Parts: sequence; structure tokens; C-alpha cells
Amino acid sequence: MSRADAGAMPARPSGIRRLLRGEAAQGLVLVSPTFLYALLLLAAPLTLVLLISFWTQDYLELDRTFTTANYAEAWSDPLYRLLMGRSLVISGVVTLTTVLLAYPIAYFVAFHVERNKALWIFLITIPFWTSYLLRVFLWKVILGYNGVLNSALLGLGLVDQPLTFLLYNANAVVITLAHAWAPFAILPIYVALAKIDRSLLEAAEDLGDGPLRRFWRVTLPLSMPGVIAAALIVFIPTVGDYVTPRLVGGTDGLMIANMIQVQFGKANNAPLGAALAVSAMAIVAAISLVFLWLNRRFTRGGG
Amino acid sequence: MARARGQGWLKGYAIGYLVFLYAPVFLLPIFAFNDSAIIAFPLSGFTTANFQQLWATDAMHGALVNSLQVAVAAAVISTLLGICAARASARYEFPGRRAIIGFIMLPLVLPEIIVAVALLVVLVQLGFALSLWTVVLGHVLVCTPFSIAILSSAFQNMDRSLEEASQDLGEGRMMTFLRVTLPLVTPGIVASLLIGFTISLDEFIIAFFLTGTEPTLPVYIWSQLRFTAKLPGVMALGCLLLVLSLALLCAAEYFRRRSARQTGSSGGYL
Repeated sequence: MSRADAGAMPARPSGIRRLLRGEAAQGLVLVSPTFLYALLLLAAPLTLVLLISFWTQDYLELDRTFTTANYAEAWSDPLYRLLMGRSLVISGVVTLTTVLLAYPIAYFVAFHVERNKALWIFLITIPFWTSYLLRVFLWKVILGYNGVLNSALLGLGLVDQPLTFLLYNANAVVITLAHAWAPFAILPIYVALAKIDRSLLEAAEDLGDGPLRRFWRVTLPLSMPGVIAAALIVFIPTVGDYVTPRLVGGTDGLMIANMIQVQFGKANNAPLGAALAVSAMAIVAAISLVFLWLNRRFTRGGG
Repeated sequence: MARARGQGWLKGYAIGYLVFLYAPVFLLPIFAFNDSAIIAFPLSGFTTANFQQLWATDAMHGALVNSLQVAVAAAVISTLLGICAARASARYEFPGRRAIIGFIMLPLVLPEIIVAVALLVVLVQLGFALSLWTVVLGHVLVCTPFSIAILSSAFQNMDRSLEEASQDLGEGRMMTFLRVTLPLVTPGIVASLLIGFTISLDEFIIAFFLTGTEPTLPVYIWSQLRFTAKLPGVMALGCLLLVLSLALLCAAEYFRRRSARQTGSSGGYL
């Protein structure tokens, strides 16, 4: 749209030249390749997914008559409801666990590491950059019947038989996802904590607050935007995770992304898959908006 | 006193957390060199047979070559697109800047399966055959936000007076960009290329949906995970991938820091 605006202006050469020399026009021209790429390969495809969700699969062809039948099925079929609900619950638990576990680390690096802050951050991010597929698979190795954890427990004589509740259920999915998304939770919280004006903390201390009260009344509220950002960054992508439920979830740990993949693949029902994907994103977006609203409230209250 | 004790607890927690973070990664080399067909403790002996077996697996070589091609293409294209967007947002004020950049950064939070499915639907509707190029299209989409994040800090922290000096001395805009701006942000560009390459090399979901008959390395690994007999080989392959990723990351971090030093900032974090 921005590109078109620039092109639709008067065609006198001097006019165009003057326009191109303008600050705004230059910025728009410069950003346009990247923006066009995102429009063509992200906005257009997402729009098409939305359109298809209102169509019907007719063997190999798509019947383009408008219908809401896919949504009716996506929202009423017990299996889809179960998978959707489970995805949200698992992601919610993962988000809570990840953020709670991440906060002390972020706090430690922000307030107690004097030198080598960058090294700590680098160490925290490295595992994230290694192959996701392999990390998930390794959790399967750790949690399995003959796995690392069970053989260690057996060897130490702590259990008589291998534990079976570790793998192929929702717990395994939560552990694996909480591990995979840890860096994404730590970084925003760290940034929020690092930004806090230290004189505010000293002021709280001078006014008689102990360490706990100071943390509760000053540090935590001021770092809330980072916490909310971390929660969103973990929550949104994990709802749509495919690999983890498939590898370690068993049948009781499957999530909505697995069903979306089945609809686009084996079941050959792209419209239903699209309706499931759109529904999942709509629910996630609604929850995110509530989060953002909370974020704004906290920023205003703390700022 | 209380403070020192609190610090001790926190440090212990931090180290424990790092162990948790690295636990799966440490297992890779252990099982890669373990002389047993099953992936479990106790270990049975040291061997390099798993790596030798990889050497002789042609399907793996094909997948590796595919992955390298895709990763190079994705890294180069996303870095070029990243330069445009990062420069535009760091240097110019224009209407809708936040919305446009925000939209370009969207794949950072969008579940990858949504990106993959959306691209698949479009390609199928347009009648495109799936190939390595379609994988590149998807990877560019996810790599570009990271390029922009790295390059934005490089462009933002650059001393603008150097560009002005060049223009005062009579260089045109284009030459100023090529001879002054670009060299100053080169470490950032190298970091962006390395990060893009690493992301693409490890990316699975998009490749899984968009690849045709030629698998990338992660898609090949996925197909092997089903067969218990193939797992020791997969461990060896994963071990090599881990070493490669680590080398790339350390190089990227080195260039990112150099970029931060050169442009006079303390360095931004991803």
C-alpha cells in the first residue's frame, strides 16, 4: 500500500525526484522489498487459509461455495474440542512453569553478575540454537522406559521397576516444552530487570523496606512487562507445537497441531484443517490481547 | 550478610538451571560414541563405528547437500531483506513504520505450523511443485526477523556523523552507503548470515511441509527416528550437527560483539 502511494503521486520528473528525496519516501522505498516479501508470502497465504476454511473439500477439488460447516465441526466435534482444550492447558502450564523457573535466572544475571553478563546470556541461549528435533528426541531418551532417568533410579536402588508415567503423556510434553522455550522466557525478563533504575531500589531500602518487601513492591511490578512478554512469547508458539507432542506425547499428549497436520495430509481435508488452524489462532489471539491489556495496565501503573 | 546468602542461593540455582538446559545436549556425544544398538544406560563401550557408518550412508549425504543449499540461500536472502528493513527502520521516519516492521517480525511469534500450512496451501493452489526452493521461501520468512534484530542494533548504534562527513566530502548517497555505512555494519551482516544459516539448517516443521522429494537434514533425521536400529547413527549425526551449530554460533557471537565494539555500543541481545 505504501509503495503504491509513492507511485501514485504526480508523474512530473522533478516531483518524483523531490518525493524520493523526502525522508519518509526513502524509508518506504527501502523497507518495501522486505515488506512485499512478507505481504506475498505471509499475509496472502494467511488470507487464503482463512478463505479455504469457508470452503469444502470435494475429493481432489475444492468446492468454493461459502459454508461455515468446517467451523461447526471444529467447534462441536468432541475430539477437536478435546485437542484444543488440551493444547491450551498444556501451553498454559508450560508458560507458567517456564516463566517461574526463568525469573530467578534473569534476576541473578541482571543483579548479581557483575562481569561476564554477556557470557551468561550467551550460555543460556546456546541450547536454543541446537536442533529442536534432536533436543525433543533426547528427552524421549531421558524419560523412556529404558531411559536415562529410569536406569539411574534403578541403579541407585530408588525404585524397583522403571517408572512408566514419565513418557508418552502430557507431563512429558510439558517438561520438554518448558526446556525448549527457557531462553525465550529468560531474555525479556532479563531486559526488563536490567532497565530498572537502581536508585528506586535504594530508595525503597532507605524507606525501610526489607529485601522481600522491596522485591514485592518495587522490583516485581517494574519487571512485569518483561514477564508478560515472556509469557506471550512462550504461550503463542507452544499452542501450535507439532514435534514435541508427536515424539513424547503418546496418544494422551497429542495437541491441535498434530490434528491440523493430519487434516492437511492423510485426511486430505484442507478446509477443516484450515478451520482448526484459524480457530486455534483466534483463541490464542484473544488470550494474547488480554495479556497485552494487562501489560499496558502494569506499565502505566509502574511507569 | 543476608544479601550474600541470597546471592549464594541464586548462583546455585543458576548453575542447576544451566545443567537442566544442557542435560539433553550432553547426552548426544555420550550415545554417539557408545558401542550399543540401544540408546540406554549402562554404556557398553567406546566406538567410532556410528560415525563411520554415517560416512557410508548416501541418503544422508544427499540430505546434507540439500540442507546446505537451502541454508546458504535462506541466509543470503534473509540478510539482504534484513539489511533493507533494518536500515529503513533505523535511519528513516516513515508512516506506518511500527506496523510494517511489526508485521515483518510476526513469524517470530507465529507457530511454525501456521506459517508452513499457509505457504503449503498457496503453493498447492498456484500449482507450484514442492522443491528445495519452496523450503527456502519459508525459511527466509522465519530467518528475516532475526536478521533485522541483529542488523537494527548495528545500524542504530552507528555513528551518523561518519556518513555526514563522507557526504560533505563529496561522495554521493550510494557511494557513501557502499564505502562508509556497509563496512561499519559488516560484522553485523556476517552475524546475521551465520544465524540465518544456523536457523535454516536446524528448522524442521516448514521443511517437513514444503519439501518435495528431496529431504533436508532434519526431515531425513525425522524419517530415521522411527527405526530403532538407525538411532545410534542419528546420534552421531546429531553430534556433528551440534558441533557445527556451536562453531557457527561462536563465530556469530564474535562478529556481533565486534559489531557492537565498532559501532561504539555495549551490544544488544537477541
